Amino acid sequence: MAQFTMRVFRGDPSGGGFQDYTVEPEEGMVVLDVIHRIQATQANDLACRWNCKAGKCGSCSAEVNGKPRLMCMTRMDLFQPGDTITVAPIRTFPLIRDLVTDVSYNYEKAKQVPPLRLKPPEPDGTYRMMQEDIDRIQEFHKCIECFLCQDVCHVIRDHEDKKRVFSGPRFFIKLASLDMHPLDTRDRSSFITENAGIGLCNITKCCTEVCPEHIHITDNGIIPLKERAADSLDPIVWLLRRFRGQKSRPA
Amino acid sequence: MANADYETHEHDVLVIGAGGAGLRAAIEAAAQGVSVGLVCKSLLGKAHTVMAEGGIAASLGNVWPEDNWQVHFRDTMRGGKMLNNWRMAQLHAQEAPDRVLELERWGALFDRTKDGRILQRDFGGHRYARLAHVGDRTGLEMIRTLQYHGIHQGIDVYMECKVERLLKDGDRVCGAFGYWRNTGKFVFFKAKAIVLATGGVGKAWKVTSNSWEYTGDGHSLALWAGADLIDMEFVQFHPTGMVWPPSVRGILVTEGVRGDGGTLKNTKGERFMFNYIPEFFKGETADNEAEADRWYTDKKNNRRTPDLLPRDEVARAINAEIKGGRGTPHDGVLLDICTRRPADYIRKRLPSMYHQFKELAGVDITKEPMEVGPTCHYIMGGVRVDADTTAATVKGLFAAGEVAGGMHGSNRLGGNSLSDLLVFGRRAGLYAALYAKDFGGPLTVESSQVESLAREMLAPFTRSGGENPYAIQADLQETMQNLVGLIRTEHELREALKRIESLKHRAGRTHIDGGRTYNPGWHMALDLASLLTVAECCTLAALERRESRGGHTRDDHPYTDDAWGKINVVIRQRQGALALSREPLPEMPAELRALFQERK
Amino acid sequence: MSSRVIGQSRPAITASHLRTDPWWALPITVVIVIGSFLVYSTWAAFQNAHYFAPPYLSPFYSPCLYRSCLHPSFAFGLPDIHVPIIGLLSPAFLILAGPGLFRLTCYYYRKAYYRSFWLAPPACAVPDVKRNYTGEAKFPLILQAFHRYTWYLAVLFIVMLTWDAILAFRFPNGFGIGVGTLVMWINVICLAAYTFSCHSCRHVCGGYVNAFSKTPVRYRAWHFLTRLNERHPMFAWLSLFSVALTDVYIRLVSIGIIRDLRII
Repeated sequence: MAQFTMRVFRGDPSGGGFQDYTVEPEEGMVVLDVIHRIQATQANDLACRWNCKAGKCGSCSAEVNGKPRLMCMTRMDLFQPGDTITVAPIRTFPLIRDLVTDVSYNYEKAKQVPPLRLKPPEPDGTYRMMQEDIDRIQEFHKCIECFLCQDVCHVIRDHEDKKRVFSGPRFFIKLASLDMHPLDTRDRSSFITENAGIGLCNITKCCTEVCPEHIHITDNGIIPLKERAADSLDPIVWLLRRFRGQKSRPA
Repeated sequence: MANADYETHEHDVLVIGAGGAGLRAAIEAAAQGVSVGLVCKSLLGKAHTVMAEGGIAASLGNVWPEDNWQVHFRDTMRGGKMLNNWRMAQLHAQEAPDRVLELERWGALFDRTKDGRILQRDFGGHRYARLAHVGDRTGLEMIRTLQYHGIHQGIDVYMECKVERLLKDGDRVCGAFGYWRNTGKFVFFKAKAIVLATGGVGKAWKVTSNSWEYTGDGHSLALWAGADLIDMEFVQFHPTGMVWPPSVRGILVTEGVRGDGGTLKNTKGERFMFNYIPEFFKGETADNEAEADRWYTDKKNNRRTPDLLPRDEVARAINAEIKGGRGTPHDGVLLDICTRRPADYIRKRLPSMYHQFKELAGVDITKEPMEVGPTCHYIMGGVRVDADTTAATVKGLFAAGEVAGGMHGSNRLGGNSLSDLLVFGRRAGLYAALYAKDFGGPLTVESSQVESLAREMLAPFTRSGGENPYAIQADLQETMQNLVGLIRTEHELREALKRIESLKHRAGRTHIDGGRTYNPGWHMALDLASLLTVAECCTLAALERRESRGGHTRDDHPYTDDAWGKINVVIRQRQGALALSREPLPEMPAELRALFQERK
Repeated sequence: MSSRVIGQSRPAITASHLRTDPWWALPITVVIVIGSFLVYSTWAAFQNAHYFAPPYLSPFYSPCLYRSCLHPSFAFGLPDIHVPIIGLLSPAFLILAGPGLFRLTCYYYRKAYYRSFWLAPPACAVPDVKRNYTGEAKFPLILQAFHRYTWYLAVLFIVMLTWDAILAFRFPNGFGIGVGTLVMWINVICLAAYTFSCHSCRHVCGGYVNAFSKTPVRYRAWHFLTRLNERHPMFAWLSLFSVALTDVYIRLVSIGIIRDLRII
């Protein structure tokens, strides 16, 4: 089989560029295997993050041929032998070295999310939830925090100044999972519009496209949140709920 | 380059490791009102716990009202071939249900029963369907829940930071010295109490389900600080890891596949597990296919399928089939769920297995069987701790989770790990906080100790010539895989010791290119010390125990020996050398012993 | 939480993007298709003729609002509206405003035109063209939040187009089915599928509920609409083609270029 040329970004905050390495392909290899091979034999100090190598931990996020992907889930047989494959760090975040970026933005945003506030338990001290109550949220709980959606989201990728006022897709589904929790009692509506900046999202769905867990981030998370925000503007919904004797929002 | 400066942080309790046990410990310690630091090698939420798939064992009794802590305790002890620390097994079985319900209150969403309670699934060695789960990604749910609960508790988290050595003031620990992976700068944590929650040692083997982090850091830190390790010979080889293609060899295939209806077959199409039912489990295991098949739908009147025997039994059986020439060309056997279950069911119950095989092996598990074989998964042995307080044998040091020994005896049941993390993580956090509160005196740290350590850590940059740390790790993995694997003999173990000795020499001569900023070559060179230490401990203990039991199988001593059933092999470091001793197991009180008699 | 920040700057990659696949093909296709539709529908709306070939009424002219319509949909009708320069305002412009607004504010079409026309972003991991981006947080795009009202309107149109399709069975000599009848029914079905797979519809019919187990009817509605919603993009395109082709068919029949075949 012909060799692959891997064009890997090497550098640190002071600068850097792409460097070519040639690698012999092997059956079933993924991009992360190739990076490890380069690390073990050609460049001991090539920096990259990884853990599980099975698409479960979300550590090895990178941009392969310009597309945000998990390196451990990108098989080399996606490419033609002889191809040149570029591997770059996720570009939305500050570089630490080579393929490793500083993703602390995401951990800062995580801290701001108003946590769950449960209603009181049943008389026996436990809670009851039906499978149909949680199916929808379990989808969001599949998130492995690889931050590929955060990386690809053009709101912060192309507009650095928006990082201050925008939480990004990962935290919209976090917020959706809390807001749709059958036992939650907290009103997050003003947080979602004012602090998380959902209005900045123009639902162009790149987050959904890159999600390695195939979570319908836009359709099932962000759009329902936008719709929930629109409820307060809809007199028909208001009337219907009055008629049914419900409060328009949980207290 | 030779900059040995370091920054200092001070906490009452320092937790090393941010997986399930570490996070739970940090949350509990913070709840006691002490200042808590949490150090982890990776980013927060990436620890090995995310890879746990099957579930959390807890006798909630939601599916089987007959289930209770006594049955769980009994299953755990029997699974561990009675070598467990009985008190740990008891606390674990008693407290696991509360820990699971607590997780639910913190936002975890387990799959539900029809009446809206937590659904429980079958797993190997558990009498009743007992594992609270979320499809096949329970560990992810657990770590996310703890992580998001934890970030609001005022814990200081130090991410991508590696602890290299524990420091002592006299006979007690007083802090931990390490480096930031990002910058390569040194850091010192001064702490009254330290909780080790660093997980296991699997990266010493070649075929493993473990990630790069599993280099036995906590085991070595404890050993070097003077604490005892026990049961280091017991390494669990999970029966079902992926075997093909080569790059995914070792990646875990959850036991949930078998719990949900998967059966093991050899290439002749035989369900070979019927040929490997040990005397110990004959009473509760079906001995023919018809009964095993009926068990899936009528569990009350049939005995369970031998596919769900404890992991050590299944791993040995698979190994024997492969050795007997009835395995696949890639050295595996077949695990078939598509015959019994419809595609929808498989995708709903085992979504990540479906995804993993589809993407990595090009296999559609709803249509074809999986190819699986044993993979190094877990170490039962670890830091010897007090069952109630998780205190190690050095003052101020606590350990919880995989790094602690005793709880699982010679073999861990699936699902008992996640519950172990929660039960003993909480206890470690609690008792470490209480210890820190009680501790009045000042802690003094000798700075010369720190400085010499720092110089030693920087040595790989300045040596000329030298060894490639990756090559040393690969050689070690090869050695452990071939000589200290699933089946062991004295001759091979002695050979392994010799090779480890020579690898230790080579590890002292590593050379690293590049700088200190996020340099994985350097990190690897530093990890080699702990990796080689635990490899040596495992090999020495395996050589010492001249019997076969649970996760330790000696070809030259193939039978279980009752005399050994009352003994732990203890390893400690004295004057720079490893010392082995055989010490008696704690005696189980009569009322618990009765649990094993009445059911026979 | 302390995490070590050492680099404030992003990776020094000068290329604006590194994609090697034909990412530009999709936005260009969308521009061509939507552009063609806009051109055709505007032209067809200006015609104000050949929209009725009994018993078929073009969806562009339904409901016909003017008293002077070839086929008034209601017993009453508006007087003709004249505007400067253009002259008589075709009723099609009033009619198309309804479904037009529905499509304009549709979550799926928003994605499509933000990418293809706005180039914000043209494709994933390809940079935005705009510098000052405000998303849908400011006027006028904040009005996209009112998508739901346009959905209420779109449902009315589905009712009326269904009525038209029923009338398409009524030939001068009694009951019958022509190719045009089928064309109109296919169009109504496509439009209904598009309208009821709408995200706002899914929300209003049940998506706003948190504890589904307590509201079984809304849960089933939401569940069904979710399945439909997964195909929303497909229905969006299918219905766009069907509505244009239905108009083309009726126009050609009405002009006499083709003859409508009677099946029954």
